[in-house]
Amino acid sequence: MSYNINDKGYYGEFGGAYIPEMLYPNIEELRQNYLKITAEASFQEEFHELLKDYVGRPSPLYFAKRLSEKYNTKIYLKREDLNHTGAHKVNNTIGQILLAQRLGKTRIIAETGAGQHGVATATVCALMGIECVVYMGEIDIARQAPNVARMKMLGAKVVPALSGSCTLKDATNEAMRDWINNPVDTHYIVGSVVGPHPYPDMVARFQAVVSEEIKKQLIEKEGTENPDYLIACVGGGSNAAGTYYHYLDNTDVNIIAVEAAGKGIHTGESAATSVLGKEGIIHGSKTLLMQTGDGQITEPYSISAGLDYPGVGPMHANLYKTGRAEFISITDDEAMTAGLELSQLEGIIPAIETSHALAVFEHKTFKPDNIIVLNLSGRGDKDLQNYIDYFKL
Amino acid sequence: MTLKQVQGDETSKMNRINQKLKEDKKLLSIYFTAGYPSINDTVSIIQNLEKSGVDMIEIGLPFSDPLADGPTIQDSSTKALRNGMTSELLFKQLKDIRETVSIPLIIMGYFNPMLQYGVEAFCKKCQDVGIDGLIIPDLPVDVYHEEYKLTFDKYGLINVFLITPQTSDERIRFIDSVSDGFIYMVSSASTTGAKTGFGNEQSEYFERIANMNLKNPQIVGFGISNNETFTAATKQAKGAIIGSAFIKHVTNQGVDVIDTFVKTII
Ligand SMILES: Cc1ncc(COP(=O)(O)O)c(C=O)c1O
Repeated sequence: MSYNINDKGYYGEFGGAYIPEMLYPNIEELRQNYLKITAEASFQEEFHELLKDYVGRPSPLYFAKRLSEKYNTKIYLKREDLNHTGAHKVNNTIGQILLAQRLGKTRIIAETGAGQHGVATATVCALMGIECVVYMGEIDIARQAPNVARMKMLGAKVVPALSGSCTLKDATNEAMRDWINNPVDTHYIVGSVVGPHPYPDMVARFQAVVSEEIKKQLIEKEGTENPDYLIACVGGGSNAAGTYYHYLDNTDVNIIAVEAAGKGIHTGESAATSVLGKEGIIHGSKTLLMQTGDGQITEPYSISAGLDYPGVGPMHANLYKTGRAEFISITDDEAMTAGLELSQLEGIIPAIETSHALAVFEHKTFKPDNIIVLNLSGRGDKDLQNYIDYFKL
Repeated sequence: MTLKQVQGDETSKMNRINQKLKEDKKLLSIYFTAGYPSINDTVSIIQNLEKSGVDMIEIGLPFSDPLADGPTIQDSSTKALRNGMTSELLFKQLKDIRETVSIPLIIMGYFNPMLQYGVEAFCKKCQDVGIDGLIIPDLPVDVYHEEYKLTFDKYGLINVFLITPQTSDERIRFIDSVSDGFIYMVSSASTTGAKTGFGNEQSEYFERIANMNLKNPQIVGFGISNNETFTAATKQAKGAIIGSAFIKHVTNQGVDVIDTFVKTII
């Protein structure tokens, strides 16, 4: 049994492409070309060169000594926060911009929640000299102001999504509507392992560089490529997919996926999709999502804009359903505390998304000789104001 | 299901839609969002539309995230949901609709609410209340064909597929081969209500489709708002669908003067 995608575009029963006919030509063009183009030598060469010289890869695998001492186990942090633009998101946008160029596209659109994907998209568009429009929920524009400013500085147009909950889900709807209205010249750079096939697979492949590096780096440090546990936070699930990718079918390695519980799972203000979600369709993919009994998608809540999404990518829905991954939900308060703790124990201020993953150590006890790799998906610069307000610093 | 049952159901599929399509006239179909402007307007809107001479009605089942819709239908959907519209309530409202209304009725909605209701249960309810067909923009043709066609057939429901100016001839032929009512021709690459008026691109597209001699008649939708666009759309096609323009009318004028709107079209 494989936990990776099958040739029909499904992970188990999850995935597929449930899209209006208006999007069919775009999606079909991608489906027919993404494997072919990304396998070309010239693509691979340019992709890896940019990851190395522009993004700064490989990102370090850092042994967090004081954090490990505190929790009496061995914790390695995969430093995606040190990437150019400050998060893992850029791995995917580099891949997709190269693909878009080869498909002859001249205009890029994207959705963003925390603004990290928006910044990473605006960045590669500036790099390539391509027009860029980013959709962002009105609420997120307010709570991630530094990233809005960065996108503007990079020359992107930021369009507020005013419908629904005015967060990531609605920004994604608006981006899809833009694509329907601009089907020929535009490529949509989806920012996570969500959306219709082939997006979840394509984004996972671009993020897979994370686990490819972990394998090599862990051999150097521990003499084995297998950690006992992999930990990552899951919004749509792209940093998690990258962390797990080369270990998906290696069941010696335990997988932990961390979701945002918001103010608590049963408070009505949560984004813990694995607990609160049911099977259904969101943004063109059959997956787990939070919805009413009548099939209306509900509005999630998390202090973290990047985790404030009512679904998860189909890969993760399948990891949950099959029991391959353990899902843990972390509240706003637990995450914020863990973020402050990492700052003061290791001198690393994490993104609030990542702080959710870090809070797992208060939840679960690991053995002293366990090797744990946690994806430090992003840095906290964009969240400083939120941390300061929260802790009244 | 046995082959015999399927064949038996094929003949019973000569439903109101097929009969209407045989009439020697251009058809006007109107879309409205159930539960908008008020929760209990559904039945009176349908009755008034029929009285005003409309040939067919698309009853919009509102969805929280209508990907293919522009601001007008998004807005009416949001308000309808706030008013309390659900699949169950819509079926309750439509329970006796066939006592007063005889034109074809189609439910147009996104797939997730139907999936949660249970596709078979949903289809059965449609048949019970007298719905003739469904339009589900985000249910792909291939998935329908593999997983749901037998169920739709069993309950005598026609499923209507969309094509757009970007749809390849090959795919149009495939869609034509699996359709047995009409083809919904989206007039331009757009969400609903986005563009006004038709240009050269539309004339060429209408011409191209007319020349394909498809087995199913075509009905044009998106961007039709008045007599001019209706006439242009139905020059070759069998009929046209108006959605956003009607919703705007209802928003501004209320539900009692529907005939004044219809008179401006036909
Ligand atoms: C730093 C960081 N981590 C995690 C996420 C969540 O996204 P994903 O689940 O796709 O990794 C985001 C999203 O914006 C982010 O900025």
